[in-house]
Amino acid sequence: MPQTLSELTGPVYGHGPIGETDSDLTRQCAGEPQGERIIVSGRVLDEGGRPIPDALVEVWQANAAGRYRHANDNHPAPIDPNFIGSGRTLTDAEGKYSFVTVKPGAYPWRNHYNAWRPAHIHFSLFGTSFLSRLVTQMYFPNDPLFPYDPIMQSIPDEKARERLISSFDLENTRPEWALAYRWDIVLRGREATPFENKR
Amino acid sequence: MKCDGKDFVATGSQTVGPFFHLGLVHGENAGRLAGPDAQGEHIRLAIQVFDAAGAGVPDAMIELWQADANGKYNHPDDPQDKKPDPAFRGFGRLPSDKEGRMVFETVRPGRVPGIDGALQAPHINVHVFSRGVLRHVSTRIYFAGDPANEEDAILRLVPAARRETLMARPDTKQPGTWKIDFYLCGERETVFFNS
Repeated sequence: MPQTLSELTGPVYGHGPIGETDSDLTRQCAGEPQGERIIVSGRVLDEGGRPIPDALVEVWQANAAGRYRHANDNHPAPIDPNFIGSGRTLTDAEGKYSFVTVKPGAYPWRNHYNAWRPAHIHFSLFGTSFLSRLVTQMYFPNDPLFPYDPIMQSIPDEKARERLISSFDLENTRPEWALAYRWDIVLRGREATPFENKR
Repeated sequence: MKCDGKDFVATGSQTVGPFFHLGLVHGENAGRLAGPDAQGEHIRLAIQVFDAAGAGVPDAMIELWQADANGKYNHPDDPQDKKPDPAFRGFGRLPSDKEGRMVFETVRPGRVPGIDGALQAPHINVHVFSRGVLRHVSTRIYFAGDPANEEDAILRLVPAARRETLMARPDTKQPGTWKIDFYLCGERETVFFNS
């Protein structure tokens, strides 16, 4: 469809509503969650490779045992009283985001016999406009469940699927503390500049 | 370097899944776009989402983005020489209840410039997310009976017989409430735009 001001604008976020522990999912409860502590970071870019600053990034995920803290999740794995599994942050001036969390477990979902989701973190992003809205999932390298997962395989192009897989990030791995994974996200952008019709 | 300036490929979409409430629905009432002091005609917008079988979708989520009553988007790329209404925030997000329903509190938007500067009819931009939907779908809500609908360039792209799927109508039982149903697929499928 043609792009008008309606498509080329979108919600703008300030830093006000983002709390200090919103991007550290291991510090949102009284104690520390079980599981493997990890750092997930990357950059949010447009299709020209330009960083998108102040983009709202929201995440949600299962705990280390593969259980979501959600009323509709009946998977008989333990809920972790110290893990909610929800976070948000804004990208910085260079389009960078970073979360500290625990690595989510695989999750059985009854879609078919013996159906298991590969470990994943749900990501929701707003770019510069309503058009660039993206909700997707980030995966971890070398997960043996990839070929069996109809959600990941819903993307027919192999290269496009690979772009959903984070890479191990030694540079950001913190000694004696946490492994790091890196995942860059590219948001769709406008096809034209906004209409210049001052009224 | 490609001539369209797109050297990076957009990241693919994946379904929002059944547990999005965890990350996307927080304590605040994100269904209220307009505070009590917002200018314009305050309305309640009641939306119900249906699947192909005509059943309400219990785990859908809808996001709205709209101009204020003066037709101004609260965004730096809106070049119009107007101030956005500080009591209006333009963005709203709600999950459906078990029958697929949700109610937003907003104002009827003003007209904003569209193609070639012609004014668009008042409309609200909509994303619909749901389990099983690989990528969210996008549409617009217009207001039935608005004379500006006749000259709206985007509505004209829609076959006349299907424009009805984009029209909110006044709820005769509840003054001030407008209703619209979204059908994700099937015979009554709502018109969704490729964006």
